[in-house]
Amino acid sequence: MPSSVSAPTSATVGSFTREAFAAHLTRVAHLPAWWLDRKRAAYERFAALPMPKRTDEGWRFSNFAALTLDGFTLPEPIQLADAHHTTMGITGAGTLALANHRVVVNESVAAEFAQKGVIFESLQNALLKHGELVREHLLTQPSKLGSEKFAALHEAFLEDGAFVYVPKNTEVAVPFGVFHYAAHSGTALFPHTLVVADENAKVTVADFFRSANAGERQFVCGGNDLFAGHGAQITYVAMQDWSRETLSLQFNATVARRDARVLSLNLHAGARQARHESFSQLQAPGAHSEMLALTIAHDTQEFDQRTLQIHQAPNTSSNLLYKNALLDKAKTIFSGLIVVDPDAQKTDAYQSNRNLMLSDDAEAHSLPGLEIQANDVRCTHGATSARIPAEQEFYLQSRGIAKAQADELLVFGFFEEVLGKIENQELHDRLSEIIRAKFKE
Amino acid sequence: MKPPSETDAVDAAVENPVAGIDQSAGNFSYDVNYEFDAGTGLTENTVRYISSVKKEADWLLEFRLKALKTFLEKPMPTHWATKDLENINFDKIRYYLSSGQKPKRTWDEVPDDIKKTFERLGIPEQERKFLAGVEAQFDSEAAYSNIKEAVAKQGVIFVNSTEGLREHPELFRKWFGKVIPTGDNKFSALNSAVFSGGSFIYVPPGVKVSHPLQAYFRINAENFGQFERTLIIADEGAEVVYMEGCTAPKFSTSTLHSAVVELVALKGAKIQYITVQNWAPNVYNLVTKRGLAMEDAEIKWIDCNIGSRLTMKYPGVVLKGERARGEVISIALANDGQHQDTGAKMIHAANNTTSNVISKSISVGQGRATYRGQVHIPKNLKGCKNNTECDALLINTNSRTDTYPAITVRGDKNATQHEASVSKVSEDMIFYMQQRGLTEAQAMSLAVNGFINDLARQFPMEYSVELKRLIDLEMEGSVG
Repeated sequence: MPSSVSAPTSATVGSFTREAFAAHLTRVAHLPAWWLDRKRAAYERFAALPMPKRTDEGWRFSNFAALTLDGFTLPEPIQLADAHHTTMGITGAGTLALANHRVVVNESVAAEFAQKGVIFESLQNALLKHGELVREHLLTQPSKLGSEKFAALHEAFLEDGAFVYVPKNTEVAVPFGVFHYAAHSGTALFPHTLVVADENAKVTVADFFRSANAGERQFVCGGNDLFAGHGAQITYVAMQDWSRETLSLQFNATVARRDARVLSLNLHAGARQARHESFSQLQAPGAHSEMLALTIAHDTQEFDQRTLQIHQAPNTSSNLLYKNALLDKAKTIFSGLIVVDPDAQKTDAYQSNRNLMLSDDAEAHSLPGLEIQANDVRCTHGATSARIPAEQEFYLQSRGIAKAQADELLVFGFFEEVLGKIENQELHDRLSEIIRAKFKE
Repeated sequence: MKPPSETDAVDAAVENPVAGIDQSAGNFSYDVNYEFDAGTGLTENTVRYISSVKKEADWLLEFRLKALKTFLEKPMPTHWATKDLENINFDKIRYYLSSGQKPKRTWDEVPDDIKKTFERLGIPEQERKFLAGVEAQFDSEAAYSNIKEAVAKQGVIFVNSTEGLREHPELFRKWFGKVIPTGDNKFSALNSAVFSGGSFIYVPPGVKVSHPLQAYFRINAENFGQFERTLIIADEGAEVVYMEGCTAPKFSTSTLHSAVVELVALKGAKIQYITVQNWAPNVYNLVTKRGLAMEDAEIKWIDCNIGSRLTMKYPGVVLKGERARGEVISIALANDGQHQDTGAKMIHAANNTTSNVISKSISVGQGRATYRGQVHIPKNLKGCKNNTECDALLINTNSRTDTYPAITVRGDKNATQHEASVSKVSEDMIFYMQQRGLTEAQAMSLAVNGFINDLARQFPMEYSVELKRLIDLEMEGSVG
């Protein structure tokens, strides 16, 4: 019998057995039937798909493919006292904090925005109150970057998350803050954030990912969907700072329609091993996607980043800038692809991966790719891996700045090109804090 | 087999408005009575047949049989490569064809029908004009091989691989299969099982061969697989330039060319390997080329791929000694129905090694050009640098180009940079040239030649002229 139809083995489903899935379904039984049906179908896909192998092109250089799905449990109900949550000083349009999938803080959307029809809810509430809107957008984009199995797992076990909707011609000037906390060792979490900006709407959403306690081992398989309607603008910032023992998989799907602009920035700081897949679709003329990432990798951390920019219509543009700073024995993988469909003439696409090597044991892999099927385009990419020039370090040291501090300053200098694109000062400060904290570990 | 289609080719050349080049230069074939024919299909018997015809030593037969096993065991690399590979029918290919000729040392001795082929392609003139030596391979075996007396007197060896193995086993065996192991990939295993022909060059210490050595490869028979094996050793401080040219007539059934080329540049040696390939559009050209550069040595691949249906070729250099230098300069032109899947590999294995890759591709009509690269700098090395630049030019709306580099750097004492760009010829430029009386095709041709000009200048003059003319031809009818 071919392996694709053979019964799933415990190796391919690990802790996520049918019994575990049945237990999960009882927890979400109050949610709409269509959603439960989709989850059942997702579980079947998860169970049927093989685990990725290191020899798969989408997992080249990755140790992640060897990860085990064993030894994880679905989140236990949390005592509010255990949550250690904080909203990190984000005083925005609304704040939502979830610990082990349970809402622990819900400072709902400010009245001035609520009156205009802005929705900011937990995903469960949104499924119950705004079912059609959620159904139209939640997890409707295919997984194309190698993690089909994990994307199915995410959909099957997704319990709660955040939903942001901004109606036509509405601008929310201050950011929404969403906080996902993981508590207890061995917990498996499936956070999700869905952002829908209708025509000419403008919104900023910040996602924070943290473990309640350092040293706990967690498995996180999260996702986000960003939909920018005609002329809409979305700024999305994700700050990943899970405990150093966490295995993290995170999938992003961005859709930009006519003249829409989406900026997403992912800061990767936490986790033992983290894989991030980002898939951006430029669907109509004038669409623009700005894909940014900063990684500060230390100790034996591995960050695996896979990106896809698909230009499906003429006159679209995208810009990707992924900067990695590598210390100690850290490892990064960047594999990016720009695809220009045959009809997408006048595409302007750029993709850049810069690796700053700060240690003799660090390891950086770059696979920047292009697949171009239209001829009237401007597509370029670049990748560099190098250290800080010795003269620059010497200059700082000769002025009394210790090496570690000099490294920190130079890393901030290296990152500033990306950080500078975040207009909101609070978000800029939070990003900087997380980066700075890494140098104190 | 159809008799020579010479008349057709000449007519085509007369009608061809691009001055000075015969559009169908390689597109003719002759009936040849092959004395040795391994038949179609590949079995252990095929391998034994080739080995016995060539009267090989036992160890070599063992080597071939082991390689055959590896070939049969290895899957097709279609998980990353094009699915077109699956269209190769290994059972229909003829693996060995020869007239039983030994390579002739003087032109007069070459059999008339074979001589005619190479005369049409201009080999004797080239040899007289500027070559230090030439070898002309016809299907499986060398038909003609010559080296200038002055060069031979310096101790330079230039023979085909069969002679090399027989007459210089001590030199040959030391490096044979060492740069590219049999199991490197499916096609290097195939070549190791059924190879015949190809060149063996040895340049003694300190000898600098002043003029290039050249080999010419010709596929005459239909459904034929050519599997040449080349080994070039430049001893300490030696220098040599080697050039190869390829043609095949156009047949309706596809033909396979799968070479293995190993270069060894010992301390301070320099090897430059130049390929201008213009296979017919039904040839699968699946070639493994790699050099080993020792301390202070330099290996430079200059690679120009124009013809073929599918080319998969990624010349590489293993930078084994300190301060070794590797370079790949590559030009690819993919026209309708063609896929040029080319690239470069730079494996740094010693401190202060440097490598440079410059690749330019042009996609015309529905042609597809792909750059696939690998740069590897392992741990604990310092002072290694790589620079890679890939530029792709797309001529028509349906042209396609891809770039897939993989760069691995370990440690903070090395540096790599990679840049790639995709663009089209500027309409303003074409308009400007048309205003000044050029046709659109001429203008496009000029623009394309401008795009590759800085690379073409690194070719020997004869080759850069040939390249320019080939581009003129490819551009014809490709615009509008």
